[in-house]
Amino acid sequence: MEVWRLGAADVAAGIRSREFSAEEYIQQLLERIERVEPKVNAFVTVQGKEALEKARLVDRRVKDGEQVGPLAGVAVSIKDNICVKGIKTTCASKMLENYLPPYDATVVRRLNEAGAILIGKANLDEFAMGSTTEFSRDGPTRNPWDIGRVPGGSSGGSAASVAALECAVSLGSDTGGSVRCPASFCSVVGLKPTYGLVSRYGLVSYANSLEQIGPVGRTVSDVASVMNAIAGYDESDNTTAPGKPSYSMNGKSGGLRVGLVKEFVQGADPQVEKITQGAANMLADQGCRCEEVSLPSVEFALASYYTIATAEASSNLARYDNVRYGFDMSPEGYEWNSYFAKVRSNFGDEVKRRIIVGSYVLSSGYYGKYYLKAQQVRSLLRKELKSLFKTHDVLVGPTMPILPFKIGEKVDDPLKMYLVDVDTVVANLAGVPAISVPAGFADGLPVGLQVMADQFEEQKMLNAASLFESAAGVQRSPEL
Amino acid sequence: METRIGLEIHCQLTGVGTKLFCSCKCDYRGKEPNSNVCPTCSGLPGTLPLLNRKAVEFAGMISLALGCRIPDEIAFYRKNYFYPDLPKNFQLTQYNAYGVTSIGVDGRLSYGDSKSAGIRRVQLEEDPGRLVYETGSMETSSYALVDYNRAGVPLVEVVTEPDFDDPKDVRLFLDKIASIIEHLGVCDTKLEGSVRCDANVSVGGGSRVEIKNVSSFADVEKALRYEITRQRTMTSRDMQVRSETRHWDDARKLTKESRTKEEEQDYRYFPDPDVPTVVLGGDFVALTRASMPELPDARKERFVTRFGLSGHVAQVLIDNKELADFFESALKTYESPIEIANWIVTDLMGFIDERQKEERSLLLGIKVGPEHIAELARMVDRGMINRSTAKQILGQIVQSGEMPSQAAKKMRASIIDDENELLKVIDSVFKSEKAAVTDAKRNPNAANFLLGKVMQATKGLADPKAALELLQKRLKEAS
Repeated sequence: MEVWRLGAADVAAGIRSREFSAEEYIQQLLERIERVEPKVNAFVTVQGKEALEKARLVDRRVKDGEQVGPLAGVAVSIKDNICVKGIKTTCASKMLENYLPPYDATVVRRLNEAGAILIGKANLDEFAMGSTTEFSRDGPTRNPWDIGRVPGGSSGGSAASVAALECAVSLGSDTGGSVRCPASFCSVVGLKPTYGLVSRYGLVSYANSLEQIGPVGRTVSDVASVMNAIAGYDESDNTTAPGKPSYSMNGKSGGLRVGLVKEFVQGADPQVEKITQGAANMLADQGCRCEEVSLPSVEFALASYYTIATAEASSNLARYDNVRYGFDMSPEGYEWNSYFAKVRSNFGDEVKRRIIVGSYVLSSGYYGKYYLKAQQVRSLLRKELKSLFKTHDVLVGPTMPILPFKIGEKVDDPLKMYLVDVDTVVANLAGVPAISVPAGFADGLPVGLQVMADQFEEQKMLNAASLFESAAGVQRSPEL
Repeated sequence: METRIGLEIHCQLTGVGTKLFCSCKCDYRGKEPNSNVCPTCSGLPGTLPLLNRKAVEFAGMISLALGCRIPDEIAFYRKNYFYPDLPKNFQLTQYNAYGVTSIGVDGRLSYGDSKSAGIRRVQLEEDPGRLVYETGSMETSSYALVDYNRAGVPLVEVVTEPDFDDPKDVRLFLDKIASIIEHLGVCDTKLEGSVRCDANVSVGGGSRVEIKNVSSFADVEKALRYEITRQRTMTSRDMQVRSETRHWDDARKLTKESRTKEEEQDYRYFPDPDVPTVVLGGDFVALTRASMPELPDARKERFVTRFGLSGHVAQVLIDNKELADFFESALKTYESPIEIANWIVTDLMGFIDERQKEERSLLLGIKVGPEHIAELARMVDRGMINRSTAKQILGQIVQSGEMPSQAAKKMRASIIDDENELLKVIDSVFKSEKAAVTDAKRNPNAANFLLGKVMQATKGLADPKAALELLQKRLKEAS
């Protein structure tokens, strides 16, 4: 039996009913990983031995009739900017190439409690800065649908590992689209939760006010079951909201009021636009009331996003000075300033670029001109969205304005690269939830539909996504 | 030439118990380096600051005690700069340039007889770690070690307006602040480095000079005096005073140019996204005020009106909480406030050296407690001993720790009142002081001089009354 093909729900059910063992399942996945990793390169670290041990533990508990959790035995990959105790967490950077966290991120602890098995740490753009997973110390991750193309980013390893059937689900992080972009490019489902719904404790910060950890899976239902495990208040993160939500997959979706965001559609590649229009029609056919809506401030979203993200990043990344952790480099003979400078020249180009831009926008005299203005755009976007969500349950549009492009194609043109984030950054700036669901293919390349909802309205969003998912029936994983 | 002095006072909130953004202890002193740390206060990737509400309450108390307004909301900013003792290479602090977010603002504190100084702001922030230099000095060390035990200890910074013109007033003001934080119970001022003060000074409207690295309040006064003289001398010789940061050289007692020229730093302040804005709410001020213990001013007032102490004596007592507590505790044993206060302020204080006053650990090494002073006062009040004997007794018991009654008993036992023995001493004094004896025969007052000699010869053990009688008898016999 090819259990490695199964989604999270089927894996947990199969292991619990002892149809197959967790050990057998993990063993098959490890073989699969060995087979496809040379092509995909989704992992920074594979935890084969540890995963097998954990699998045997799950099997023993099932045998003993003990509680095993809703994600019992489910193999999960975790983006390598989320801390797992005692396992290298590198952020795909030279700066953390030897870093072993002494603690588990809250999401990791919660997944463990739910019975999930960590199979490996997923590749990413260095410190989650990028939209292609090309800026990695471990080399680029490749799109399983076309290994000459990028998988999107920065959680490229997460999306690719799920699409390439190397694990059932994954955790990524989404600062400006980093879960949804690769989900769209790899034809899987990726969810960015409401800001404050999922604990960031243990997520290596890139831009604190924007980012959330979010799940990637092959179905909306798998993504929802991961959310049920990780979402909710955490005393280790003062920005989490009180309460613990629980999402179901049989929510009412009839008569949803859907807004198709004009600005998102207009800027898209014609093939993407066509599929998005088709998706809206499909939702209308399912009994949703669809209409075009406008979000005029989208025009300023990218500028606002890159101002805030780089400002926060420039400060967050200041701690990488090789004093408490880092890589091997003797301070002998250096005055500390020159040592810091020398050490920090080991950041990759994209990270350096963002640190420099961020330092600039925060420098005295420019704060009002850039940072404050960017914050005003955020308020404006929130206001426009609030007003739209009064009359609409969800807003839809393309997740990415273009199709997955070739590796290396945009790597030398940062501005062009930043432009592809135009549709995703809005949800981060406003703190609202958004999900990318596979919508179809153009020239054999995946296109994703983005569904956004108001703050803490994940259930509505999942209802819409699930409705569309079953109507569209888009293929999830390619042959490799 | 007009002198303007402003102060920045840093006070560790040791009374909070745990660090500002994690649950490590505030008590880092004497611990093995880097043992009082956790992932958060050592700045490990992925950790998040968790604001200590108790520190906010304590900082609120300080703000109210300094007459500050407390805003409805406070926020924390990142002050970004690279320094090896900063685990995150930014410090979480408060900042008012883009709207008031600090815990206190616009206060005023009176001090001395009728003076007062404006308080610009009170802000809550985290203490950095410490650099330990190979040789103890930055100049001569080839390396430094970093100890993060202190990193994250809650710190309140009080920034005054440049309202002082006399270093002496600065000293009075600092003593007042120290007494306030002692009374609030927020800071153990006795701990080394728990209260620190930087000063800035300008003369005749010239450039402002910052003085750092001053380790005690007395040195703040000294450093300011030095700096004012330096600036005045330069101005009078038409030399330009540069705007700069100077360091106090404790050994040479002078301010000197900082070796590393601190260029104008751009701290790139912005609000920390991980610490949500704290909405204090309408009742924060009322609740904080209600939870505040009695402050020095109120206590002084009480000492004067209820116990009838003079303003001066009351001031000396409340300037140091330890002393005021000592006084009130003695009253519990024996309620004679004026007598007891005088024993403390004029006599006991005489046994305390400047250095102890400096470190605010007045009673360190002094073996008498409130019960000793109370008993001493009672013995004097009841005429059991006279004042000079009482003073002698105090001199003994501060070192021995004996109760005064015990010491008095011993003293009585060793007193020489035996006629023959006293006469022996008197005769030998008469022999060596012939001129004085002749004098005393004519002038009865001169006998006191001879008595003094007798006391000296017996190391104070002669019974003065008996000795004087015998002495006068001998004088008569001799005439």
